[in-house]
Amino acid sequence: MSPLLHIAAEGELQNPLVPPIPEVVIGLLAFVIVFGFLAWKLLPNINKVLEERREAIEGGIEKAEAAQTEAQSVLEQYKAQLAEARHEAARLRQEAQEQGAVLIAEMRAEGQRQREEIIAAGHAQVEADRKAASAALRQDIGRLATDLAGKLVGESLEDHARQSRVIDRFLDGLEEKAEAAR
Amino acid sequence: MSADPTQVLAFETDCHIFADCGFPSPGLHSFLFEPLWGNGDSNVYFNKTMLLALLGSIIVIGFFWAAFRRPQVVPGKLQMVAEAGYDFVRRGVVYETMGKRQGEKYVPFVVALFFFVWMMNLWSIIPFAQFPVTSVIAYPMVLALVVYLVWVSLTFKKHGFVGALKNFTGYDKSLGAALPVVMLIEAFSNLLVRPFTHAVRLFANMFAGHILLVLFTIASWYLLNGIGIAYAGVSFLMVLVMTVFELFIQALQAYVFVLLTCTYIQGALAEQH
Repeated sequence: MSPLLHIAAEGELQNPLVPPIPEVVIGLLAFVIVFGFLAWKLLPNINKVLEERREAIEGGIEKAEAAQTEAQSVLEQYKAQLAEARHEAARLRQEAQEQGAVLIAEMRAEGQRQREEIIAAGHAQVEADRKAASAALRQDIGRLATDLAGKLVGESLEDHARQSRVIDRFLDGLEEKAEAAR
Repeated sequence: MSADPTQVLAFETDCHIFADCGFPSPGLHSFLFEPLWGNGDSNVYFNKTMLLALLGSIIVIGFFWAAFRRPQVVPGKLQMVAEAGYDFVRRGVVYETMGKRQGEKYVPFVVALFFFVWMMNLWSIIPFAQFPVTSVIAYPMVLALVVYLVWVSLTFKKHGFVGALKNFTGYDKSLGAALPVVMLIEAFSNLLVRPFTHAVRLFANMFAGHILLVLFTIASWYLLNGIGIAYAGVSFLMVLVMTVFELFIQALQAYVFVLLTCTYIQGALAEQH
């Protein structure tokens, strides 16, 4: 019979607060085994993975943030370029308008000048023609008049001086009449 | 397997109410076991409680081995469950009491302690075992002793000899004349009462829980005669209710045990004020 049974038989049991040594040893051993395994291998294992997971998640967030930042900067760049392009276009339009206006003004001035030249040339031509015609007419008329007068009065008007005087007087009279008629 | 050879298990007797035999009430003998191997006289023996303690260790290690041997960044079901348990102790107990920076070092110790104690408590309601290892004082005591050694040595390491003594005695000059008395009470409370209550709190809870379960179980059997059958039903219902309650108490006591452990370690590391 074990001592426990002796005690039981005597109606006296071991104090439940006094630990039996072998159980203390086994209890310590059992705990040390658990602690040893967890601390040596298993918890470092899982800690590593938890860290990896945290990094994976944070890495994803960081990537997303980077992508967003890039998108933002690209958008700003694009907007800036667009604004610049608009500005440039406006400037070009302005310039073209100014150039156009200058061109038109120049062309107008040129046209004016050419017109005036043409008119002046015409006037000069007309004047020259008129003078030539007038000179030719004066000769023809003089000759015709002399011929006619000679035929009428014979050889008496052959005297050159007189002839000229008569003709001039005649023609002056004609011109005066024409002036008065105008 | 109780120590009294005349009443092995309640069910192995033919004793019922109205059969002229006394109620085989549970008692201290319910917590004593014949050695499975060896001799009780020589202090070299192996009994059911020891077997359960070692088996419990293997189960805890086996569980975490299966879960954390090759952990994945994207966890499987088992790993997820184990992670939840691990995280509960790490964040819910260690970080809460000691803070992340200071507590990180003690996480493995506290995690091992929590799952070890929980497993030892759980044996109470695991069929065929049905005996909480922690209801034998040796096991809570050895755990409390380990915790005690940890926090006491940490106090000496952190504060030096005089600082540690001040820490243990709650040295505070502003107390004036009451200081010696306070120091005496504090030293007594911290160095003697604290480890005792730490162990006994766990032990007594599991002890009482086991007594209740055994009581109602035996009563269910004992009352199974004549009109007693109706009462036996009630008693058996109580067995079910108490089993669920014990399930709760087991986890709670394991939690309380490690929470106190963390508080003690935190107290050892705290700066003097």
